[in-house]
Amino acid sequence: MSDTQTIEKLVKQPYKYGFKTNIEYEHFPKGLNEDIVNLISDIKEEPAFVREFRLKAYRHWAKMKDPLWANIRYPRINYDDIQFYSAPRLKPQLNSLDEVDPEILDTYEKLGIPLSEQKMLAGVAVDAVFDSVSVATTFKEKLADAGVVFCSISEAIKKYPDLIKEYMGSVVPYTDNFYAAMNSAVFSDGSFCYVPKGVVSPMELSTYFRINNEESGQFERTLIIAEEDSYVSYLEGCTAPMFSRNQLHAAVVELVALDRAQIKYSTVQNWYSGDEKGVGGIFNFVTKRGLCKGHHSKISWTQVETGSAITWKYPSVIMKGDHSTGEFYSVAVTNDLMEADTGTKMIHLGKNTNSTIISKGIAAGKSQNSYRGLVRIGPKAEYSRNYSVCDSMLIGDRCGAHTFPYLEAKNNTSSVEHEATTSKIGEDQIFYLQQRGLDEENAVSLIINGFCKEVFKELPMEFAVEAVKLLGIKLEGSVG
Amino acid sequence: MLSIRNLHAEVEGVEILKGIDLEIKAGEVHAIMGPNGSGKSTLAKVLAGHPSYEVTEGEIIYNGEDLLEMEPDERARRGVFMAFQYPVEIPGVSNSMLMREAYNEVRKEHGLDPLDPLEFEDYVADKLKLLDMDVRFMDRNVNAGFSGGEKKRNEILQMAVLNPRLALLDETDSGLDIDALRIVSEGINKLASGENAVMLVTHYQRILNYITPDFVHVLVRGRIHRSGGKELALELEEHGYDWITADTEVNGEAGS
Ligand SMILES: Nc1ncnc2c1ncn2[C@@H]1O[C@H](COP(=O)(O)OP(=O)(O)OP(=O)(O)O)[C@@H](O)[C@H]1O
Ligand SMILES: [Mg+2]
Repeated sequence: MSDTQTIEKLVKQPYKYGFKTNIEYEHFPKGLNEDIVNLISDIKEEPAFVREFRLKAYRHWAKMKDPLWANIRYPRINYDDIQFYSAPRLKPQLNSLDEVDPEILDTYEKLGIPLSEQKMLAGVAVDAVFDSVSVATTFKEKLADAGVVFCSISEAIKKYPDLIKEYMGSVVPYTDNFYAAMNSAVFSDGSFCYVPKGVVSPMELSTYFRINNEESGQFERTLIIAEEDSYVSYLEGCTAPMFSRNQLHAAVVELVALDRAQIKYSTVQNWYSGDEKGVGGIFNFVTKRGLCKGHHSKISWTQVETGSAITWKYPSVIMKGDHSTGEFYSVAVTNDLMEADTGTKMIHLGKNTNSTIISKGIAAGKSQNSYRGLVRIGPKAEYSRNYSVCDSMLIGDRCGAHTFPYLEAKNNTSSVEHEATTSKIGEDQIFYLQQRGLDEENAVSLIINGFCKEVFKELPMEFAVEAVKLLGIKLEGSVG
Repeated sequence: MLSIRNLHAEVEGVEILKGIDLEIKAGEVHAIMGPNGSGKSTLAKVLAGHPSYEVTEGEIIYNGEDLLEMEPDERARRGVFMAFQYPVEIPGVSNSMLMREAYNEVRKEHGLDPLDPLEFEDYVADKLKLLDMDVRFMDRNVNAGFSGGEKKRNEILQMAVLNPRLALLDETDSGLDIDALRIVSEGINKLASGENAVMLVTHYQRILNYITPDFVHVLVRGRIHRSGGKELALELEEHGYDWITADTEVNGEAGS
């Protein structure tokens, strides 16, 4: 068997998380209009200012068109055929895990995310979002002792309306883009995190997103606020069952870091990517943005994107405070007929701001993998620097890797440095490692992990192990 | 240990090896010489199992087993080692990681427990000394940014770590400075004793001053045109390859 064939075989590992949980859903009509928006707000018993936010966003969205500029092709989405809200039927107030549907607990168990605190990884608090609602948040008390608030955004709207009023939409306004407007109108749940002044979060916070309902989309909204001199590390994981129809995932994530605060946000995205003929899979359209509001603040995004039929995602940092830092570390893997158009925007507004971009794209099968990055250094952002590296690796000769860097420096004391390489995973590299006694699978995974090393080392330990495994599964057999 | 009979091999439809017969016994050193493009590297790669080369005829028996039936990694674990003429770079993978993985594969094959990173560090320290290499080489990525000579030395370091039964050394001497040549040769001599055998591809008689071959074979256009003792290398140095082809062409054609 030729190496290319073996690699293809390895890539074709079945999706492990494709099962569906059978639970009852509350009935909810399809489509998107003002009534739907009001209905969501009613169900969630929201204060008037949130309903107002949703309605303004909806009216704005209704006037917009789908963005068509990304280097991805997909069938036009019929928004009338999507259920914009989906919740498992459950008791209105969850006070403990005992009240969560056992089927749902079992689902998370199967996904390797046990929600009972005895079984949890020590040091990681989890918010579990199932379709449109948060079903459980663990370690709440321990976090509360340290003063850290970690809960679902629905709960935060009720308990901390002032923070929500001040910050929701302050980083990603609903006018930002088509999907951000849609999300602002219908967002169902998501995580909220507030770290007070001077506090270092005693544990990693994480949210685990699961889409279970075939008819629905998932529209979550996450807001993280780090006050002066605080630190938080946040992880996000995603999976979905295998359905033959596409599902829409349109999230908004907003991060705010005040003076000297640091936020580290990591994602391992493994949504179902469709079968090898391109049937089914998640359309993943996400707006993630962090605001370094205070001086000497720092926001880093680390992402490992291995799933979704289509990914459209540019986690960005606006460096407003002087001496603030933005970082983006990314591994994006595409296979079969997947398409990914991902990258980042680094907007330098303050003086002496620094940004780093490390992007690793791996394309196999007939997939298309694009990096799109914008670095803008404003006229007042004197003495600022950006350093970007975008490396692509091709597996086989039917896939494509593309790089679209946009660089603008509007003052002459700043510098922008961009490097890009494209390589093919070589038969000779694999043979070399096999000649040293490693089997082909091992050889390929060593090469890929070597290629992604700079990104993996940014991930928290448990996630790094998970990411290495995921890549192995995704690319098994596909390299030659 | 190794017997090659009537070996024919092609790459992309072109026949490169046109009937090789070769017998290598434990403890022997065989030098393979011959003009550029005659098929020396091809022979080594076919023995190691490179997927681009297709064997169309003949057989290779290694320690009583059909070598052609084995995957390249299986051959390696059974003790076949190739030092490459052009070692590839593997970005992001450290030398120590690769060598430890490789060595642990061999240990597994022999039913031994794997070494952890600290144990391996101890094990490798002696080998580094043997080849007069700095321990810092272990933390660098495999061959990345190595000079030509360093790459060659790194190949022999891996050989020292893995202690192979059959070492196929493809122009390991090219690109080495005078001191390195002596050091590497001493390393090879240590390994070539007793149970193990070496097939050494070279253009220069120079290395044969340090490593005394039991046999010298001259490969021309995919065939072994002449075999002899170490004096054959000296004759070649003096007369060049024309001298061989001129007289074997007659014998070769007449005999077939
Ligand atoms: N992958 C390949 N594709 C096409 N031709 C090849 C390939 N590999 C080897 N060849 C050809 O096979 C012939 C033998 O090559 P080989 O590398 O075995 O020669 P060599 O004896 O090692 O030469 P040198 O002394 O220059 O290293 C050459 O003509 C070479 O061009
Ligand atoms: Mg050669």
